[in-house]
Amino acid sequence: MSSVIRPYGDTTGDGRVQVSFTLPVPFGSETERARAEGAALQLAAKMGLDPAMVVHAKGIGPDFTFFIVYGRVSHLVDLSAVTVTERAFPLLSAQEVNLRIRSALGRKFVVVGACIGTDAHTVGIDAILNVKGHAGEKGLEYYREIRVVNMGAQVSVPDLVDRARAERADAVLVSQVVTQRDAHLSNARGMSAAFRDAYPAGGRPVLVVGGPRFDPSAAAGLGVDAVFGRGTTPGEVASYLAATLCPEPEPAHA
Amino acid sequence: MSGKLGLDPGTVREARELARRAGEPITELARTHTTVSVERAVLRLAGLDGADPDGMPWVNRLADAVAGSAGLEHGVALPVWHALETSGLSSLRQLAEAAAAGVVTLRLPEGDAARRARAAAARAVSRGFATIDGQRAQRSRMIAATADPPKPWIYLIVATGDIYEDIPQAQAAAREGADIIAVIRSTGQSLLDYVPEGATREGYAGTYATRQNFRLMRAALDETSRELGRYVRLTNYASGLCMPEIAALAGLERLDMMLNDCMYGIIFRDINPRRTFIDQRFSRQVHARAGIVINTGEDNYLTTADAVDAAHTVVVSQLLNEYFGREAGLADSQLGLGHAFEINPAVPDSFLLELAHAQLVRELFPDAPLKYMPPTKHMTGNVFAGYLLDAFFNLCGLMTDQSILLVGMMTEGIHTPFLSDRDLALENVRYVRAAAGRLGDSFRPEPDGFVAVRARQVLGEAVGLLRRIGDEGLLRAIADGTFGVTKRPPDGGRGLDGVVVKAPGYWNPAANILDGAQTEPSPEPVEAK
Repeated sequence: MSSVIRPYGDTTGDGRVQVSFTLPVPFGSETERARAEGAALQLAAKMGLDPAMVVHAKGIGPDFTFFIVYGRVSHLVDLSAVTVTERAFPLLSAQEVNLRIRSALGRKFVVVGACIGTDAHTVGIDAILNVKGHAGEKGLEYYREIRVVNMGAQVSVPDLVDRARAERADAVLVSQVVTQRDAHLSNARGMSAAFRDAYPAGGRPVLVVGGPRFDPSAAAGLGVDAVFGRGTTPGEVASYLAATLCPEPEPAHA
Repeated sequence: MSGKLGLDPGTVREARELARRAGEPITELARTHTTVSVERAVLRLAGLDGADPDGMPWVNRLADAVAGSAGLEHGVALPVWHALETSGLSSLRQLAEAAAAGVVTLRLPEGDAARRARAAAARAVSRGFATIDGQRAQRSRMIAATADPPKPWIYLIVATGDIYEDIPQAQAAAREGADIIAVIRSTGQSLLDYVPEGATREGYAGTYATRQNFRLMRAALDETSRELGRYVRLTNYASGLCMPEIAALAGLERLDMMLNDCMYGIIFRDINPRRTFIDQRFSRQVHARAGIVINTGEDNYLTTADAVDAAHTVVVSQLLNEYFGREAGLADSQLGLGHAFEINPAVPDSFLLELAHAQLVRELFPDAPLKYMPPTKHMTGNVFAGYLLDAFFNLCGLMTDQSILLVGMMTEGIHTPFLSDRDLALENVRYVRAAAGRLGDSFRPEPDGFVAVRARQVLGEAVGLLRRIGDEGLLRAIADGTFGVTKRPPDGGRGLDGVVVKAPGYWNPAANILDGAQTEPSPEPVEAK
């Protein structure tokens, strides 16, 4: 296959695409309609559609017009220049995560979560842990093979360590929203140090911190295993935990 | 509408009886306990508003002060109005500031002092109810002066986080055909143990429910209702840790509908079960008084559990919501019981199953303004397939005479709808309504056909589950993970520390008024501001 391609409408290389968009222009009088269609065609041309055809235009309220446009794009796609960034772990469905845990651990995976320090913003930890979830994904409570202990807000680090031990936590999730005077960074470092002190080397639970202002590449500097930033979904966290603690079973040899 | 499915009236009666049996111990729990939020609602009804410089409402500061001194087991009213009299302070606000500063003593009065405190508290709270009654009357006048749109009512959501952005969007949605505007709350507000104050411009994926936001949006929709000659209803969310207070604010500011589910907070937000049930009862009594239609949240179960396997849990929850709602004084016309079109479209006969479930709910609750929720779980990002699925949802809703149709968006789960997405969604509804709106009149499922048999099967499973719940108790059933997929023990979750057993001398002027006249507005409504 050639590494240079075009969109496929109904013939190889025809470059045909369909787009729809709304412009803040009225679609009332005949003059307005003509002007609106002209505006849509101008945008289509600037998007690289030539020729372009407005197949549908409809006024939405007094000030807007919605368009559907078919046209031929002049752009070429060079497949050899496509770069793919892969995440370090595969994104798994809830069923796949559950299956991994069952086959690797043979018991439930225990997650203890909290907001530490003075931070009272539980919105992040709740979005990851509550069944309700976030961005259309259910939280970790939804996973049958995960047992969630959500300690809520303003939890002290010693309480978190004690609870993690009592619950035999496999992973500890800490959320930090407040970033005044870099409190999120110092709290995260303090937390990881406390776990280092309280557990034998290599024996502590997986430590994960998250919050809108964290830099996902900063895990090592904070002494934790993973950092999740803005827009993280529960499925990503569950997939990370499964990949880290529940290695995929070796494929059976026939 | 009666009898398309050949449901056995004896089975239906039994289902209601079992729901009553499961619910009664919970009602008893609610009667014998109070919560911090119930007590704060009393203060709100008596006119205490505003917040301290840190944004903590004065009702919280004052209720906390009572909890820390006299205790909440007798209610806030006696200590608060006694302190008001003895301190010489002229307002609840001044008292709250003094109490927060620790310069006033809050203690339980006795004898004549108690009688005077009761009289003063009752007068103050009555003024709040007079406002609520006035708002209810004002709603009737607005509907008379404009028009009540025909059902199904079209329900659209706005959620920008900024009340001043929400307003023009809500007005535009109403002009495009929405009969009901719901302002989605900021994520996690249900877990705040206080109601934020003032007009808010920042939220997480939604806008905070505050009294001022309620007031601004209702005023804007009144203006649009007059412009359109059609009363546009306003919806917000009561469920959460502050159900009683938000219910009071909704009544005071003339919201028309409120999301108020008996178990949503427990299952999906890990709020303590006892706290939820106690708060729920008081909040629903306030809704009953305010003429507010509640919307229950059964659709949520189907986003976690399978919509076919768990269909009967929806019916069970509806029957429980009905029992609790009626017990709190809500009329059937105020019970917007929820359900949803969430069956995987890859399942054979999925539309027939949806029809069976929707028709079953319609026949079980003939007088309830049922709220039907569009597909969310199986909206994949293929907006074209999603648009088709939404059309089938609209068809099912119209065929089975649902009362409130939440408009499905083809961009569900991708991003907040574009202006054009909303317009296309409404076009979808209009087309189906015009083309097939009367199909229900001619829809007669075969008595022993797939749809009728499936409906009877779901009802049978619901009765079986209710029997089990009745035997082991609702709190135990919730602890066992009967609803959704989560186990919620009675002593777990948030907010249990705000639950208080009522002492023998407990006194609550708002509860007395609500228990006395649950559904009737007072005879002489006061003009709303």
